Amino acid sequence: MNVPLLAVHGLSVEIGGHQVVRGLDLDLMPGGRLAILGRNGAGKSTLLATLAGLRIPSAGHVELGGTACTALSAREAALRRAWLGQVQADPFGSTVLETALTGRHPHLGRWDWETVRDAQIARNALAAVGLAGLEQRQIHTLSGGERQRLAIATLLAQAAPLYLLDEPLAHLDLNHQMAVLERFAGAARDCGAGVVMVLHDPALAHRFCDRALLIDGDGNCELGAVDTILTAGKLSALYGYPLRQIGDCGRRSFVPA
Amino acid sequence: MRLPRALAGFACGGLLALAGALMQVLLRNPLADPYILGISGGAGVGALLAILLGLPALGIDGLAFVGALGAMLLVFGLAHGDGSWTQTRLLLTGVIVAAGCGALVALMLAIAPEDRLRGMLFWLMGDLGQAASAWPPLLALAIALALAMPFARELNLLARGLLQAQALGVAVNRLRHAIFLLASLATAASVTTAGSIGFIGLVVPHLVRLAAGNDQRLLLPASALAGGALLMFADTLARSLIAPQQLPVGVLTALIGVPVFLFLLSRQAR
Repeated sequence: MNVPLLAVHGLSVEIGGHQVVRGLDLDLMPGGRLAILGRNGAGKSTLLATLAGLRIPSAGHVELGGTACTALSAREAALRRAWLGQVQADPFGSTVLETALTGRHPHLGRWDWETVRDAQIARNALAAVGLAGLEQRQIHTLSGGERQRLAIATLLAQAAPLYLLDEPLAHLDLNHQMAVLERFAGAARDCGAGVVMVLHDPALAHRFCDRALLIDGDGNCELGAVDTILTAGKLSALYGYPLRQIGDCGRRSFVPA
Repeated sequence: MRLPRALAGFACGGLLALAGALMQVLLRNPLADPYILGISGGAGVGALLAILLGLPALGIDGLAFVGALGAMLLVFGLAHGDGSWTQTRLLLTGVIVAAGCGALVALMLAIAPEDRLRGMLFWLMGDLGQAASAWPPLLALAIALALAMPFARELNLLARGLLQAQALGVAVNRLRHAIFLLASLATAASVTTAGSIGFIGLVVPHLVRLAAGNDQRLLLPASALAGGALLMFADTLARSLIAPQQLPVGVLTALIGVPVFLFLLSRQAR
C-alpha cells in the first residue's frame, strides 16, 4: 500500500513554447483524489496527458505504480492507469458494446479474443453509467452525453487502479454528473483507486476531491488540501474574475460576485 | 486454360483490398485507398518510362516496383516525424507526391510515339495480361496477411484515435510505421503485377464492412478474399465481354465499383 499510484518529480511541461508547469512534485496514494483547475488554455489537458505518459515532459519524470513511465511498455502502462480524453472521434461505425470492450485490450494477449468474462465486465461497466440496453446501438446514433458516458464505461472496463480524467463531466446533465463523480469517489474510497480529474466547477472539486492543483497558465501552480486551496481569494485570482464563497454544511460553492 | 492469370488476378485483388483496408485505418479516413499516398503514381512513372525506353516485360515490372518504392520512401521521409500533425501531413504529402507523379505520367503520354501509347494506356488502366507468373503476388498476399493479422485488434483501437489507442496499450508509432510499410509494399506488389487497377482497394473494404462489421480481425481476411474474388470476376468479364478483343480490367472494376460506391455513400447519408 506504500507505493504511490502516481509519483511526479520535478516535472516541467511545455506545449508550443508555453510553460504549463515548472518543477512540479506530486504523489498520489491509493484512495487519493486530486482536482486540476485552471483557465482555458492553461494546459490542464496537456498536464494530464503527461501524467498518463502520453506526452514526454520537458524535464522531470512520472512514475506509475513505482515504475518510470519511460520504462513501461504501452500495454503495461495501460494496466496501471486509465486515461479519459476530451475528444471521441469515430470515423468508422461500431456498436456500443464493441466500444466498451476496447477497454479490455491491455488484459488480452495478441491472439486472444474477448471472452464471456470480458463481455460481462463491459456490460457491467455500461450498466454502471446507465447505458444498459444500448449494447447493440451504433455509436454515431448516441447523443453527446451518451457518448461521454460510453467513454467512461470503456475506462471502467479497463479496470486500472489509477483514473486520469480530462473533463469527465463534459456533455453530462446534472444527475449524470453526480453519478459519475460518486462512482469515481466510491472507487477511491472502497477499492483504493487513485483519481486525478480536470474539473471546471470548484464546488464539485471541493466536494469530491481531497486535494486540488491550481494552474495559473504561466508555469506556476499551487497544490494543497481542498479546504486551503479552494477559497474565494485564490479562485478569483485564478480565473481573473471576483468570486464569492457560499458555505453550507461543510460544502462550498462559488458564485460570480 | 487461364489459371495462372486467374490466380494472379485473385492475388492482386486481395493485395489491393487488404492495402485499402489498412490505409483506411492508418489515415483514419474511410475514403482512403491504396493509391492515395502516391504508390501507384510512382509505379506508373517507372512503368511508363520503361515502356517509353522499349524495355522488355521484366524491365517494366522492375522499374514499376522501383518507382513504387521511390514514391513510398519519398512520402515516408517527408511526412516522418512525431506529433499530432503526422496524420494530416502523411495524407497531404502522399496526395502531393501522387499529383506530381500524375504530371510526369501525363508528360510521358504526351511525348510517347503512337505505337507505344496503347501499351502505356493499358498499363495505366490495369491489365492482368501483363502478369508473367501468379506466384509472386500470391506469395506477397500470404505474407502480407500473415504480417497484418497479429495486429488486427490493435488496428481496431488505432481506428479510434492515436491517443486513445496509446492510452489503451498500443505502441502507436511503431504500429503506424509498420502498417504504412506493409500497405505500401502490398500495393507495390499488386501494381507491379497488373498496373493500377482502380476501386478494388476503396470499395471492397466498405462492402465487407457492411456485411461483417468493422472488426479488423474479420475485415482484413474477408477483404482479401472478397477483393480477390471481385478482381477475378471482373477479369473474366474483361476477357469475354467482347472476345476475342480484351478490355483492360481496370475499366470493369471501375464500372462495377463506381455505382456500388455511390450506392454505399447514399445509404450512409440516410
